[in-house]
Amino acid sequence: MSVAGTSPLRTIATGVLGLVVTAACGAGILSALGASPWEAYRLIAAGAFGSPERISYVLTAWTPLLLCAAGLLLTFAAGVWNIGIEGQVIFGAVFATGLLRALDPGVPAWAGVVLAGLGAMLGGALWGGLAGALRAYGNVNEIFGGLGLNFIAGSLTVYLVLGPWARPGIASTSGTLPFPDRLWLPTFAAPPLVVPGEAILGLVAIGLVAGALRGTQFGLRLKAIGKSSRAAYIRGIPVTRGLLWAFAGCGGLAGLAGYVLVIGAYSRHQLFPLISGGYGFLAILVVLLAGSNALAGILISAFFAAVSTGSLQLPLQMHLDSSISGILEGTLVLLALFMRGMQARLAPGEGDR
Amino acid sequence: MRVELRDIHKSFGPVRANDGISLTAEAGTVHGLLGENGAGKSTLMKILSGFTVPDRGEILLDGAPVRIASPAEALRLGIGMLHQDPLDFPTLSVLDNFMMGRPGSRRRHGLAGLLPDRRRAREALRALAAQFAFSLDPDAPCGGLSVGERQQVEILRLLWLGVRVLILDEPTTAISEPQRVKLFAALRTMAGQGKVVFFVSHKLQEVLALCDAVTVLRAGRVAGALEAPCTPGQLVALMFGRDLPHSPRTGIAHGPPILELDALAVDDARAPIADVSLRVRTGEVIGLAGLEGSGQRLFLQACAGLIPAAAGRVSIAGRDVTGRPYREFLAAGVAYVPAGRLGEALIPGLTVAEHLALAERPGVFVDWRAASRAAAQRIREFSVRGTPRTPVQDLSGGNQQRVLLALLPQRITVLLMEHPTRGLDVESAQAIWAHVLERRRRGTAVLFSSSDLDELLEHSDRILVFFSGRVSAPLDARHTSVEQLGRLIAGEEPVGREMRP
Repeated sequence: MSVAGTSPLRTIATGVLGLVVTAACGAGILSALGASPWEAYRLIAAGAFGSPERISYVLTAWTPLLLCAAGLLLTFAAGVWNIGIEGQVIFGAVFATGLLRALDPGVPAWAGVVLAGLGAMLGGALWGGLAGALRAYGNVNEIFGGLGLNFIAGSLTVYLVLGPWARPGIASTSGTLPFPDRLWLPTFAAPPLVVPGEAILGLVAIGLVAGALRGTQFGLRLKAIGKSSRAAYIRGIPVTRGLLWAFAGCGGLAGLAGYVLVIGAYSRHQLFPLISGGYGFLAILVVLLAGSNALAGILISAFFAAVSTGSLQLPLQMHLDSSISGILEGTLVLLALFMRGMQARLAPGEGDR
Repeated sequence: MRVELRDIHKSFGPVRANDGISLTAEAGTVHGLLGENGAGKSTLMKILSGFTVPDRGEILLDGAPVRIASPAEALRLGIGMLHQDPLDFPTLSVLDNFMMGRPGSRRRHGLAGLLPDRRRAREALRALAAQFAFSLDPDAPCGGLSVGERQQVEILRLLWLGVRVLILDEPTTAISEPQRVKLFAALRTMAGQGKVVFFVSHKLQEVLALCDAVTVLRAGRVAGALEAPCTPGQLVALMFGRDLPHSPRTGIAHGPPILELDALAVDDARAPIADVSLRVRTGEVIGLAGLEGSGQRLFLQACAGLIPAAAGRVSIAGRDVTGRPYREFLAAGVAYVPAGRLGEALIPGLTVAEHLALAERPGVFVDWRAASRAAAQRIREFSVRGTPRTPVQDLSGGNQQRVLLALLPQRITVLLMEHPTRGLDVESAQAIWAHVLERRRRGTAVLFSSSDLDELLEHSDRILVFFSGRVSAPLDARHTSVEQLGRLIAGEEPVGREMRP
């Protein structure tokens, strides 16, 4: 848990070194599979940045990561592991879908879209707050509570998609009836790029969270709780309330990610089972690497989004599975953690605080 | 086996826990290790039992130097430790616990070596238990036994492992009187068999009753070594040092009662406190004396509102705050400065300025420039060696304590301090007390615990002595000597239950 204490420069240096070693490990794996690492990396890069359209896809994958990472900065500062973030993403998606189904076409499309966003934040915040309440009042470790809540949320989507919200005439797990394009989030043209509107939402969100952590009493209190909840309590800081708000805030931002997954510009525009798609977990890895540094969080999530999107080219061009991106991302995180562990070991007294 | 420790040094950061300790324990003796908390007893025994590696020094068993890198290695050499709190597996049976840690038989090969021989273990347990007149049910789960019985299981386990040096760390804290008698008889038996028993304690009576030789530690050094028989007076003198001339008392007028305790009781598994009545007046200082764990911390935390009273009433400035939440105690002007400077009093990882910003709490946003300015000013006022941007864990103990005082709100009605000058140099300690004096002039009542008897006598108006949760009537500090206090603390004289308000 000492990650938050490292300096930004050190975090970035560790990250860069980790990238180099990860690339080398990935090259080893690819060579073992009989593929040319250079060709594979070139394809991933081209797949991510080869055309304006592909960049738009990277931005689309980047946004939910940004939103989840923004939320996790709050819980990370408070020293808790919000594993339940996947469920909070799902609850945001469910609340957004439910509201849009109820409101459209009764209210103007823009109002429906705005209300669905607020509803998604509420849904995620409730589910996050529940994980926090289980920890604060029920003495349930947030990791186990979060896992349980994730399962419930995942099952809920299956139930909704097959049951009450099933497409007329078909009982398929592929998803609910897609929303009409008046309910999609807008895009912005920045020639030659087309920027999905939600990317701006994500950047604003992480910026606001970084500002709140740096410049508000709320942020400072969360940091105090994260560093030592016992000392924070004795110093008169309301620890339970702080933890609940961290969970609810994280859940709210995760809910917004779920909303983006439902009606983002390039999304599928529908609710489908397990819509969170691992974005929450990936964001946990992002924040693990970034620590409390929001800028590092932005860069790392962009990198992850690019690798994930770019590696989609591998099966098409080289008959490799796209899951190589998962291997690369996982290796990077493990290496970074390993290096940090070694640093702590070599500089005793700093690591085991 | 003869055990020799030569010039053992061990430091934890700036704290010298063991500062050149040498002692010799002959085979067939019970060797007492006496001293205040923090004197270095536990560290020394952890070194002997392999839990801690010394920075410097030698351990000799029967004259041969050994290196003990882990508890397993200590056990191989025949050294076993009985810890203060039972380190057993409560859900397993007595027999399972008894067999724990025993290596597989060497004579048997193949799979048979992997399977524990329960029948043989059961017999060994019965034989050993009979030898010491312990009555233990091999199949009962350990968790259901009393602490004393769990100790017995652990002692038998260590003996079956072939331990020839047995270390007991404060073994009598949580056991009943008949169990204590049985334990002492067993220890004498073991000494009679030629084993060495180290008996770590801070209770004079027990050491006098049991030990053949005593080494008294003070502040990480050997204060003296005595052979039985010796007198309580000799031990007290070695434990606490001699009377020092006291500086003249500063006359501060005491005002009306500000903190009133009425038959206060606090629940605790170890040393519950019963029936304390006390009225502390503004400007008054109450010292809390006693060995650590005798209830002072519990008492201070109950006064601070951190733990609820089991019975009785707490009033501050005439208002009954019994059972109210901690924040109402804070609002009433109670300030608690715990002994754990990092992790309890200060938040490691945050800077001085961040602490100040937390303490001031002006609104939604933090004005960092103002917080830094204010922090810089307090740092000057309190002569802290550091800057507003220094993380508190990088400050020395003395500077941490100054920061703690600098962070206290302007107006405090009751200041509760645990070991306010522990580990500090003389200059820092004086600075702390100078500040407290300033607070008293403004009407703050002070309650503090300390293990430094001179400090207690010098700064208190009245002193409460804690012994195993029992609290004495307040003593007038002006008419109490270090010797008297030392005897009360060590349980040499009974500490009364009755209290005068």
